[in-house]
Amino acid sequence: MYTEKVMDHFTNPRNVGEMKNPDGVGEVGNAKCGDIMRIYLDIEGDIIKDVKFKTFGCGAAVATSSMVTEMVKGKTIDEAMVISNAAVAEALGGLPETKMHCSNLAADALHKAIGDYRDKQQKKE
Amino acid sequence: MRRVYLDHSATTPVDPEVAAIMMTYYTEKYGNPSSVHGFGRETKQALEQARNQVAELIGAASREITFTSGGTEADNLAILGTAEALRKKGKHIITSCIEHHAVLETCEYLEKNGFDLTVIPVDEEGIISVDEVRKAIRPDTILITVMHANNEVGSIQPIAEIGKLAKEHGIVFHVDAVQSLGKIPINVEEMNVDLLTVSGHKIYGPKGVGALYVRKGVRIVPLIHGGGQERKRRSGTENMPGIIGFGKACELAGQRMADDAEKQIKLRDKLMNGIVEGIEYVKVNGPVGEKRLPNNVNVSIRYVEGESLLLSLDMLGIAASSGSACTSGSLDPSHVLLGMGLIHEIAHGSLRFSLGRQNTEEEIDYVLEQLPKIVERLRMMSPLYDQVIHSKQA
Repeated sequence: MYTEKVMDHFTNPRNVGEMKNPDGVGEVGNAKCGDIMRIYLDIEGDIIKDVKFKTFGCGAAVATSSMVTEMVKGKTIDEAMVISNAAVAEALGGLPETKMHCSNLAADALHKAIGDYRDKQQKKE
Repeated sequence: MRRVYLDHSATTPVDPEVAAIMMTYYTEKYGNPSSVHGFGRETKQALEQARNQVAELIGAASREITFTSGGTEADNLAILGTAEALRKKGKHIITSCIEHHAVLETCEYLEKNGFDLTVIPVDEEGIISVDEVRKAIRPDTILITVMHANNEVGSIQPIAEIGKLAKEHGIVFHVDAVQSLGKIPINVEEMNVDLLTVSGHKIYGPKGVGALYVRKGVRIVPLIHGGGQERKRRSGTENMPGIIGFGKACELAGQRMADDAEKQIKLRDKLMNGIVEGIEYVKVNGPVGEKRLPNNVNVSIRYVEGESLLLSLDMLGIAASSGSACTSGSLDPSHVLLGMGLIHEIAHGSLRFSLGRQNTEEEIDYVLEQLPKIVERLRMMSPLYDQVIHSKQA
């Protein structure tokens, strides 16, 4: 039911972990619905230098989290803001229909982390 | 790659002895049992023998057995057929919150069409309280439908007590025994059951065949009309290879039940205890001991999600199942686990292993060796597990 690429990201997820002093953190989902994704960002200037994630959820939830971290590394935050959940799914060669809504939230987590970073920047100013 | 099948409650392999006998009914003994000629008489006789084999396993008379296309059809026939037959007598039906979808959805369909439905809760072990059933009975109750053993957590229900209650009140009593058939003894007389659902493919028989036991004198209205086969209860030319296979599987199940149970209880307890001892933050779902099916293990592994566990096990060739939302096809995890009072996040991390005849102790060792590693890997990825790590470090 999953593509090879999804299984690859599920088996060997990229950028798993936490960050000690992240510039931005975003979390979506809840344990009740069975998916939680948390993304940490290390941002220098406008560039995403490093990104880590932790995810509780099904194969699709883990794979989309891993994929999005790979997609944004080295990108500017403006470039990262336009990455959609659909684009993440597409980069994985597609997801089963039933997974498109409940487990495809990694871009939302990313955008939330960027929002968190921007809030912190504003407070500094 | 090594393959370990631990999903026998989903389906079983067909016993080679069963498959062999079925084959002759495809290629050699292919007559229609309704035909007058020798080809037909030959299969008619075999049909009645198979009916007898099924009847014997549940303590029924063979004329009380109606063959169907499987457990789901038998459940539908029992519930819809009784509702239709008794709709002038009353409109109230009692069931439980842990029934199989074939029962629950059928009852809910009737509810949408003018019947009243009471859904009895279960305790934390997944067992129905006889008192709750007693309290739910009304003067217009026409049917009580309760499963013998639960497919997810293996909890065995107090069927004989509920049967006694139903009999006292003159209420038709239907039991879905798909999961218990061939695993624990069934006797429709001792249990006061009026209608009983059984299925072939859970007992090393073929898929696509099941049966409904209908006690003599109990009236049900058929769902399928036509040529009047199966004493007019289920029209359509009989699925002879399937029926023959199901009959043979019942015969074998009767012979092997005690040995199978003894062996599987040992493996079950080894697996369950091994998981509890080898992995932290694990909860056993369902009862322990005699109230549990011999072949069922169900645990919730905290801080990880069920489908991730299944995928990881599958990559090592181990087949299991889960009650997580991702595997139930809806946004909610298993209605059985929620009915037992589990919170969503613990239900999402549930894992069911169901043992079968061919499983070995060595296979259980393999699972016990691999599972902790899988859990460790997924927990290191899980944001829910962070708090546990941090509190350990503190």
